[in-house]
This record gives sequence, C-alpha cells and structure tokens, in this order.
Amino acid sequence: MLQIKPILVALKRHKSGTILIALQIALTLAIVCNALFIIQQRVTRLQRPTGLQESDLLTIQSRFVGVTDDGVAPLVRSDVLALRQVTGVEDAYATNSYPLRGGGWSTGTRLNPDAKKPTAQTTQYFVDEHALATMGAKLIAGRNFNAGEVIVADPKSLKTPPQAIVTKALAEKLYPKEPALGKPFYLGDDKTPATIIGIVERLQVPWSGTWAENFNDNAVLLPVQLTSNFTVYMIRAKPGQLADITKSVPAALFKNNRMRVITGERGIRTFAMVREQAYKSDRGMAILMGVVCLVLLAITAAGIVGLTSFWVGQRRKQIGVRRALGATKRDILSYFLTENLLIGIVGVVIGAGLAIGMNLWLVSHFEMARLSMVYVLAGVVLLLLLGQGAVLAPAMRASRVSPIEATRSV
Amino acid sequence: MFAYYFQLGVRSLRRNPVLTALMIMAIGFGVAASMTTYSVFRATSNNPIPQKSSVLFAPQIDNWGPEDNDKGEPPSAMTYTDAMALMRAHKAQRQTALYPIAISVVPDDANMLPIMENSYAWYGDAFSMFDVPFLYGSGWTSTEDDAHAAVTVISRALNEKLFHGANSVGRALNIDGRSYRITGVIDTWNPQPLFFDPVNTSGFDDPTQIFIPFTRAIDLKLSTAGNNNCNKDPGDGYEAWLRSECIWIQYWAELPQSTAAASYKDFLTGYAAEQQRAGRFRWAPNVRLNDVMKWMDVQKVVPPESKISLLVSLGFLLICLVNTVGLLLAKFMKRSSEIGVRRALGASRREIYAQFLIESATVGLAGGLLGLILTGVGMLGIGLVFEPQIARLAHLDVQLIALTLLVAIMATVMAAFYPTWRAAQVQPAWQLKSN
Repeated sequence: MLQIKPILVALKRHKSGTILIALQIALTLAIVCNALFIIQQRVTRLQRPTGLQESDLLTIQSRFVGVTDDGVAPLVRSDVLALRQVTGVEDAYATNSYPLRGGGWSTGTRLNPDAKKPTAQTTQYFVDEHALATMGAKLIAGRNFNAGEVIVADPKSLKTPPQAIVTKALAEKLYPKEPALGKPFYLGDDKTPATIIGIVERLQVPWSGTWAENFNDNAVLLPVQLTSNFTVYMIRAKPGQLADITKSVPAALFKNNRMRVITGERGIRTFAMVREQAYKSDRGMAILMGVVCLVLLAITAAGIVGLTSFWVGQRRKQIGVRRALGATKRDILSYFLTENLLIGIVGVVIGAGLAIGMNLWLVSHFEMARLSMVYVLAGVVLLLLLGQGAVLAPAMRASRVSPIEATRSV
Repeated sequence: MFAYYFQLGVRSLRRNPVLTALMIMAIGFGVAASMTTYSVFRATSNNPIPQKSSVLFAPQIDNWGPEDNDKGEPPSAMTYTDAMALMRAHKAQRQTALYPIAISVVPDDANMLPIMENSYAWYGDAFSMFDVPFLYGSGWTSTEDDAHAAVTVISRALNEKLFHGANSVGRALNIDGRSYRITGVIDTWNPQPLFFDPVNTSGFDDPTQIFIPFTRAIDLKLSTAGNNNCNKDPGDGYEAWLRSECIWIQYWAELPQSTAAASYKDFLTGYAAEQQRAGRFRWAPNVRLNDVMKWMDVQKVVPPESKISLLVSLGFLLICLVNTVGLLLAKFMKRSSEIGVRRALGASRREIYAQFLIESATVGLAGGLLGLILTGVGMLGIGLVFEPQIARLAHLDVQLIALTLLVAIMATVMAAFYPTWRAAQVQPAWQLKSN
C-alpha cells in the first residue's frame, strides 16, 4: 500500500526542499528535547517541599545598630517576647536562617570525629523551643527542645550543644541501618558530639541552587541563641492574619528598639515571597523554554506547510494524471503523508543525535543533568505528529485535484 | 535600479501574503529572541572598567592545599595573613585589600531611623586604582590608612539623603555610634559587573554607599558581610579568626607596566615558597594572577542562564533561517516563468541575482522591524528570568536597534543565496515553451 519507491524517486527531484525540511525537523528536535528537559528539571526543583507550613509565615531580618555582639543576646530575647505579644501572632523565634532564604550556614557531619571526609553535608539552623511550632515542621520521632536547653553562644567560638534535632533525610544518611534517635554525631571539626533527640520529617536548606542539591533536605536544628547583631525572626500568624501582622510586626520591633535596621529586599517577606524570589530564575527559565518550544514548533509546522503547498502546486499535473489513471483521493493523501513521514524519520534520526550531542555539551559546560531518553522519544513522536499534522491541509488540497487537470495543459 | 528592484520586492511580497507573513514572522521571532538574550549577555559580559581592566590584577594564593582546594585552583579569596603580607611587601604601584562590611549610619536628625547601606572596607589607594569619580573632596591617604583613622567616603546618593546634596567634606558621620570624618563624596559610581568583588556579589549588586579604611574596620573587629570559608575550625574569637586559614578578603594590585605582572607573579610564587619553607604550606607554590576580564571569567560572572538562553535563541534563529530558505525557494521557484520571460528579454543572471537578493533584503527589513517590536516586548520579559540587578542592565539602545536590523537583513540575504542561485539557473527556453 505504501508507495515508498516512487516517493523516493520523486524526492530525488526535490533534493533541496527535502534536505531543508529534514534539517529543520532535526534542529527543532534537538532544541525542543533539551528545552523540555530543562523545563522538567526546573519545574521539579520548584515543586520541592520545604517542610514548613508555608501559609501564614512571615520572615524579618534585622540588624542592631551601635551594639557590640556581646550586648545582643538580651535585645534578641526582648524582641522575641515582644513579637509573641503582638495581636495576631501565633508564635515566633529568632534564628540565623530558614529554608530558601538564600544564605545560611553549612558544615560537614561525621560519625567518627577524626574522619577526613564528612559523612554528609548539612545546614545548621540555630533556634529555640518555639521553632518547630512556628515553622509547622512535623516531628516524627523523639521530642522538641525545652527552654532550659537553649544556650547563648558567640558565633565565632561556637561549640556543639549536647542536643540536636535532625531531618529524616540526614538521620538516614548518618544511620542508614538503625534508628538514629538517641545516637551521637559530630558537626564540623568539633570533637564533642551532639545527641539526636528528635527527628523532623523534612526541612529544606536555605539554598535553592544546584550546588546544594545533594544535601537539599539535610538540616540540623541546634538549641542555640547566636549573639550576632544580625538576626532573622520567623513569625507565624494566626490563620488569616498574615496581612495584618506584616504591618504591625515591624512597627512593634521598632517600638521595642528603634536602633535597628530592617534591611533591603530580604527585610520583610511573607513566605510566599521567599519562595517566589528563591525560584524566580527557575520559573522564568521554564517559561522562556516553553515559549521558545511553542514558537519553534509553530514555525517548523508553518515551514512544512509552505514547502508542501509549493510541491503540491508544482505537481498538480502529475496528480491529475495519477487520478485519471485510477488512483483514489485516499491514495494521493497517503502519498503526501508517507512522503512527509519519510522525511520526518530522516530528520528525527539526525535530530536525536543532535539532541544528545547538544545535551552532552551542556552537561560539560553547565551544571546540567544527562538527558533522559524519554525526552528524545517524546520529542521524536511530537515532531512526527507535527509533520503529519502540518502536511494534512496541503495533502487534502492535493487529493482534491481533479483528473481533468491531466488533460488541460500542453 | 536598486529602487526599482526594491519596489518589485515590495510588490512581490504583497502577492503571496501568507508566505510573506510566514517568513517575516520567522525572521522577526528568531531575531527578537536572539537580540533579547544577547542584550543580557552583553550586559553581564561587559567590561566594567575598560580603561584599566588590563592593569588591575587579582592575585590568588593557595593556602588550603590540594586536599581542600577546588580541583587544584587556589581559593577565590585570601586570608588576613596573606593579604597583610602582600600589603606590607608593597610590590605593586597601588594595592588594596577589601571586604564588604555591615554597618549602619545613625542620622543626626532624631526623626530618621538608622540606615544600612552597602559598605566596603578598603585602602585609600583603591579610589585611584578603580578610577572612582569624586563629587567633593577625595579619598583618604595612606597616612590615614596607617593611622587607622576614623575617616569615611560616602556616595552621592547617601550625601543627598543625609546632607541634602551639600558639600559634606569635613563633616562628621555617625556610623554604628562612632564618629567618622567625611573626606570625600563620590559621584555616581556603579561599575557592572561589580568587578572588585564578584565573589561576594556574584557580580551584580546595588552601588556601594560607604567606604571606611580597612585598618579601621579590623580595629573595630568587623567581620565580613560576605562569604567566610574555613577549611578547619578557626578557634575562638576575632584574633584567632584573623590568624586562621579562613578566606574572606579580596585583593587587587595595579601593575601598569607589561613586565610588572610577570615579576608580581614571581613575587607571589616566592612568597608561597617562603610559606612552604616556614612549614605553613605543605605543598608547592600554587598562585594565580588574573586581570579584570580573566577574573570575571574565572568567577563565572555571566550567569549560566544567560549563556544557555543565548545559545537556545541562536539555535532558534538558525531554524528560522532554514525555514526561510525553504519558503524563499518555494516563492522564487513559483515565479520560474516570470524569470524565464525576463531572461528571454535580455536580463543577465547578475540582474536576476540583484533583483532577488534585494527582494529578500526587503523581507529581512520587514522581519527586522517586527523583530524590533518583539525585542521590545522581550525586554519586558527579562525580569522573569533574571535577578532585578541583572535585568535592569539590559536595555534597547541605538546599538542594539542597529544590530537587530543588520542581523535580520544579513541573515535573510544569506538565507536567500541558495534560492536566488536556483532562480538564476532557470532556463528561459523551458519556461517559454510551456503554457
């Protein structure tokens, strides 16, 4: 039924057009595969959970002015107590960082304090007993800190406190075979261990970029109040009162102590804003690639329509002859569809090679993952369907050519 | 003749509106995507200090050794120990160590809240090294560096805010509760990328508003407001941190003569060898000396998003051109009989070439105009992908407008070469025979 041989003979007479369509399909496939892959990577990244209950959460960064670090502890304490009194505030605590903040502390964890290589990399959040409730993090084993365990410490001479709460991901890295609760581990170069008193289901690191990807869910909570004049406050609003406290909380802080600055673009942010800023470029890249894909597919389809229409126009006489010799409309239609399919197959074979090559190049120059074959296959199917779809209209027109055409000219 | 062919071109474009629209759109989209992403690439790969970029050098000294450094490359910042050793050696014409600090200004006006601004601690040499323009006064001198003096230089913007733009040289500024004498007010100065500290800013940040002497900042035990990286526990307190192998200082040397860079590198190697002999480094000297543009490259100041999107858009443009080749071929070959008549009436091949290339240039011009509009739209979308600090650097200027039109026309004319050649090959006899 498929008239492949005559098609090949006919294509030989239109070498340049054939090559152009195949080339266009190949290049489009290479770019679309990689663009879809980039979209998928970025979208998966921005869907990662933080482990927080993100609604009703407010973050504030403040720096005391004209105070040396050793004078800061009572000021922070007073701030936190004042924050918890503000109408509409459910709970609050002071810390060094929080998930997706964009900057924080990271260090290695070890089971053997003398080991050269750390067992796992982790971020450290310095918190108090109100942290879990404020964050809305889910404790899945053990217990929370109590107020008596929270120590005050200078960040430049920090010793590991006796207790720590870790995320499930970190607990499983440290103790893959046995329950980690109650077990010790070492932070950084410190020779004194912390004991795991609790495990939370999940807490993301402060960074959203690729460099932190391999320890994205490794976090340690330590019952420490740092004496740094830079402090981050996390505040949970009573349901529905986030908008109100976003205004009242900074006012309350300035009322409590006006010798402070609430700084720049990370100064006052609801968690929705934190998330939006952290993943801005990921979302933007996904949208950009999406637009490029759509426009590219449209242009390729338009190109196929244009060239095929031209071919149909050129071959009206031949089509008429075929129709007069008994070919049905369906035969003519299937001729053009098959012709396009053949060109398409050549195009996608070259394109698949180009797609993989382009991805390998991206992998070696940028922090990118290897392209999954699923994307190449999806791209191949997409482009073959696109080709068939694009050729349909001109092919239908060809099938309507009347056999009388054969008799008209000459 | 050119005007006539141009007219013919315009007329022929109107004859197949669908085909023409397709081509114009393909070129317009392709050029617009490339130009939008190029504008970001151009801004991020800009030379921030072209007049001095080849005489300013950032030295690196490997104090971490093969075990802790990144694939054999020395750390991208310096320890206090090494920075001070280089400052004391004074081997360059000018030099400075610098680091970002977090300080706040307490305005005299009791109604104003404290203000925090981007601030740096550096040496007085830096102002002339980096060609910082002054509105009033000047930078401080090395005498004041050596005296650990409480002096400061502020930006024009901060001067507006605090002194309503008046000449504030000699007046006092309250920084974190301490009084500083203002020695100068700099004019608007915001080199992008922020070449003197790409490590802590990733290259793009708001302008610096306050500068104080490095020596003063150390006296006040100010920690860095940027990155501090330690390969081992520095021990307790500020003094221990200064003596540690923690890296947090950026260093710059001005080496105007071409031979100076080579001898400075020898000096660095010598210094590292000395540290090796003293037992501090247990590895062979491993030093680097990069000028501004090399340093921007090493620090990967151009965001990967910019490079990837530029590459994808160039690929996109290429596909649009392949598309245009096909459509032009179809368009020209449809007019075989017309070409046949022209040739039979005495037109030479050269004239056919001229006519069709000019016709495609008109397509390119139309595509370029559409591309300009779409580039304008694309500019609005840059903020979607890039940080505001980067997005605001990209703009549509005369140069970019000219480039957009030029690329559109050149690309289309290049795409037209093959179809035109085919058109010129048309045999007049064959075309005249039929019909």
